[in-house]
Amino acid sequence: MLAQPTVAVIDDEPQIRRVLTITLESGGFKVISAGSANEGISLVASYQPQLIILDIGLPDRDGFSVVKELRSWNNIPIIILSVRNDGDDIVKALDLGADDYLTKPFNTAELMARVRATIRRTQQQDVNTTFVNDNLLIDFSARTVHKKGEELKVTNTEYLLLALFAANVDKVLTHKYILKQIWGPSHVEDAQYLRVFIGQLRKKIEDVPASPRLIVTEPGVGYRMKTVK
Amino acid sequence: MQDEDFLRPDPEKLLQQIARDEKSEGHLKIFFGMCAGAGKTYAMLESAHKAKRDGVDVAIGVVETHKRVETEELVSGLELVPLAEITYRGTKFKELDLDGILQRKPQLVLIDELAHSNIPGSRHEKRYQDVLEILSNGIDVYTTLNVQHLESRANTVHEITGMKIRETVSDTVFERADDVELIDITPAELLQRLQEGKVYTQENSKIAIQNFFKKGNLTALREMALRLTAEHVDKDLLDYKSEKRIEATWKSGQRLMVAIGSSPFSANLIRWTRRLAYSIEAPWFAVYVDATSELSELNKEVLLENLKLAKELGAEVITTKDTNVIAALIRVAREYNITQIIVGKSRPKGLFAYIESRRFIRELISKSGDIDVYMVGGEREAKEKKFNFQLRKVSQSPLWQYSAVFFAITLANLFIFMAASFSYQSVSMMFLFIMTLLPLFELGPGPIMLGALLSAFYWDYFYIPPLFTFHISKTEDVLMLIMFFIVASVSGVLSSRIRLHQRSLQQREARTSALYNLTKSLSVAPGINDIADIARGHIENAFSTKVAVIFGTLEGKLNAVAHPASSFQLNDTDWNIANWVFNNGQKAGKFTSTLPNSDYLFYPLDSMRGRLGVVILAPPNAQRLAFEQELMLTTIIRQIASAVERDQLNELAKSALLHEESEKLYNTLFNSISHELKTPITTIITAKSALETDAVVVNSSFLSGLVEEVSKASERLLRLVENFLDITRVESGNIKLKLEWNSMEDLLSSIAVKTASELNHHTLQISYRVEPVLFQFDFTLLQQAIYNIIHNAIEYTPKDSKIEVIYDQIGDRCILAIKDNGGGIPQDSLDKIFQKFFRGSGVKAGGTGLGLSIAKGFIEAHHGQIRAINNPDGGAIFQIIIPINR
Repeated sequence: MLAQPTVAVIDDEPQIRRVLTITLESGGFKVISAGSANEGISLVASYQPQLIILDIGLPDRDGFSVVKELRSWNNIPIIILSVRNDGDDIVKALDLGADDYLTKPFNTAELMARVRATIRRTQQQDVNTTFVNDNLLIDFSARTVHKKGEELKVTNTEYLLLALFAANVDKVLTHKYILKQIWGPSHVEDAQYLRVFIGQLRKKIEDVPASPRLIVTEPGVGYRMKTVK
Repeated sequence: MQDEDFLRPDPEKLLQQIARDEKSEGHLKIFFGMCAGAGKTYAMLESAHKAKRDGVDVAIGVVETHKRVETEELVSGLELVPLAEITYRGTKFKELDLDGILQRKPQLVLIDELAHSNIPGSRHEKRYQDVLEILSNGIDVYTTLNVQHLESRANTVHEITGMKIRETVSDTVFERADDVELIDITPAELLQRLQEGKVYTQENSKIAIQNFFKKGNLTALREMALRLTAEHVDKDLLDYKSEKRIEATWKSGQRLMVAIGSSPFSANLIRWTRRLAYSIEAPWFAVYVDATSELSELNKEVLLENLKLAKELGAEVITTKDTNVIAALIRVAREYNITQIIVGKSRPKGLFAYIESRRFIRELISKSGDIDVYMVGGEREAKEKKFNFQLRKVSQSPLWQYSAVFFAITLANLFIFMAASFSYQSVSMMFLFIMTLLPLFELGPGPIMLGALLSAFYWDYFYIPPLFTFHISKTEDVLMLIMFFIVASVSGVLSSRIRLHQRSLQQREARTSALYNLTKSLSVAPGINDIADIARGHIENAFSTKVAVIFGTLEGKLNAVAHPASSFQLNDTDWNIANWVFNNGQKAGKFTSTLPNSDYLFYPLDSMRGRLGVVILAPPNAQRLAFEQELMLTTIIRQIASAVERDQLNELAKSALLHEESEKLYNTLFNSISHELKTPITTIITAKSALETDAVVVNSSFLSGLVEEVSKASERLLRLVENFLDITRVESGNIKLKLEWNSMEDLLSSIAVKTASELNHHTLQISYRVEPVLFQFDFTLLQQAIYNIIHNAIEYTPKDSKIEVIYDQIGDRCILAIKDNGGGIPQDSLDKIFQKFFRGSGVKAGGTGLGLSIAKGFIEAHHGQIRAINNPDGGAIFQIIIPINR
């Protein structure tokens, strides 16, 4: 077993810091915490944690500038804590380079799942030629998609979308990010394209397209491919 | 280049076409004929019946049946919009009811006799203006028109038939027509109809046949009508071609320029040029060179008419000031890339004018270079109007100028003669001296010539020997006399010309500086009121007239009162005109063709973004504005409009900023409250879910830590909810006090207990200046209020700060001072800290900004007061005064 992974918690509410500390420690993480942005940044610089949990609303600086600054010199994954369900702030932070988000209040199971998935994703760097999730199989070398063992007919765009989700499994992808990756930077505002393609894709890969399990919608933010167990 | 330009559909035209196709503009159909009796009205009515059968909502605006039975039968089947009655000079007249039609708003309205002139007192001078207004309201119009009433044909018809046509319709209306249906009839047939009395009554018919309805006339009129219709069809085809981007065969890259003056003949020239321009598809310009500033009233009038006509017929009108007409014409022609210049061929009266006109023509031809020059023959209309067609205008000096010169020279002669001791040569020098003085007085060249003649005459008669005869014995004296005459006249005329030039320069400079001043003061005008004031002041100065300004509202209507800066207010009728101008965007009132009976002149205040208001002038005398003045006025109005527009944009930006600010405030508030609420809830939910995991359950330190967090969070949440409930009570203004005999000592000590757990190395000290008395108050509320203040002091001071509560009593009032030795309250926040949701800038997280406003509310419920001040020795002091209620 590896050494205990370290998580840095940056939140101005002592209460939240304390609860997160207890929760994460009970989950087997080492926790360091800071109550302000500047304190947090120096904490990250000196401890090099495996993950950062960052509150967007900090008293000394806003969380966006913290994300920007952290991203300018490291790639430590960041999970954003947001009070508001309003997607704009979250999308902004994600577009600046944050990896995932949680809205307050959140429950422990979800927090731990996100923390683990994010750390795992950044640690596994090996390139697989196939991707498997539930009954879906993508063969990257043959550029084919199989469901329940049968090959699916997918268009080029659908394949690219699936590959993008597979490469970022369990990570939320903003509309803008997906549009930019698939259609190029001039189409980042055309979210309606995406809705159409996701709809088609769900019809092909989901067991029940009306209640998707593989590609889930993150309201106001984007989509996420979930690992189905 | 030129050709390419023509190939491309003109976007303006396309827009017009689209606008019309989309029914925002009505469809105009003209039933066009060569003369009365062709059957236009009948054809129009028949078409109307057909339209009605097709389900179109048809109404008759006005139809002249001339008591023809067939026509009257057709009228009876259609709805009539009753005519309006207008009283003019005591007599009642019936006219088209424009407002009635606009109100009734049929799909199609029939309006006979497009060329009709309305009775004074109607809104427009001419019926065709009524029609244009109806069209602009989206109503289709059928109308009738005879060829002789077309403005550009009126003269030709006059030449052919000898009949002066007074009621004319602008050619632009004819061109505006979407359909022109020619009602053709052979002259023979028409004559027969006349004789049968189908057109006029028998007697009238006879007179008509003898005068107007001659077969020759009719044939000529018919030819004209046919040709015009053909031209219109051509134009339709052209429109169609350019719309469909079919290559039009443009013949020329030609540009025509017609030189016009203050002669009625210029109108002919204008029409001629328009016809030429039309047939060779060339753009055309009308140029007026203002060589003198002294035009007679009549000439001014004619000039204005000419300029108006040129504009109406589609010319670009250019006026320029120059004493040298030819140089000015050539200059303008070069500037506008003119390929052909059209000038009138005058028939000069008298030798002098003849030489002058010959010289003019020669010079123009020699200086025009590669520009073609057309001479168009004219006709003197001496019987109609007296006019003075001079290419180089010699000013028309009033009689008094001549007589003044006459008396001055005669008087001077008298003096010289009395003195009598000079030699006759030196007398000539004296006369010459007087002659050079003459131009100093604002005299035209005419009086100066008179002066020269007179002095020569006197000199010869009184001084050149033999005296008192015109006989001259010496040849040198003859020579001298001629020389004298030439020198006198040349110097006189030259200096008068220089003066004229100077005056025009001065005028131009005055105009430029007036505009400059206006722009300057408008550019620094801070608001709409100043703009209105500046506008009024400038127009009043420039035109010596009273001015009123009415601005439009944001809803696109006209304000109900004139702007207070106006120098007069309007009566009801004038309000209607102002509204009309505002809605239609055209000038109206005095000297215009719309509602000319008003005493005022109304101009719309237009900008790129829309109509901003109306500017109203009260011209002090009966004199209409000269073309140049009007140009100046419209320039000024444009400047004002852009200033108003700028102001509106500023206001818009300001309100957007305000909106943004309030949105920012809302966001801050929302964020802080949701933060406050969600923090304890998050804590509780997270801790609760963590408590369910095995890793926590087996570890007692995790367990107790989480349980403590849950209880702290619950307390925090409770306090928050209480705060909200309290502020709601304060807000409702409906606090019921539970008054009981209580002691302030009890209250303060209870607070000390309550805050003990919150003290973060703070010390809280309570002291009493006097023994507190018992009095009636609501223990819970006052406790809450004072707790909030102390709690605040703990929150906002660094640790190890000292908080002091001092109790005192003065008379019937109990006074509490709560002091701390922290950083004090920022000066700009002092008056805001009791406001709901106010939070100091840069304060740490937590808190809703409600505590102090709740405290204030509860204290005021006890008829008390609270205020915050900064202690000069550092820290803040909250002072509470509560009346002792026994």
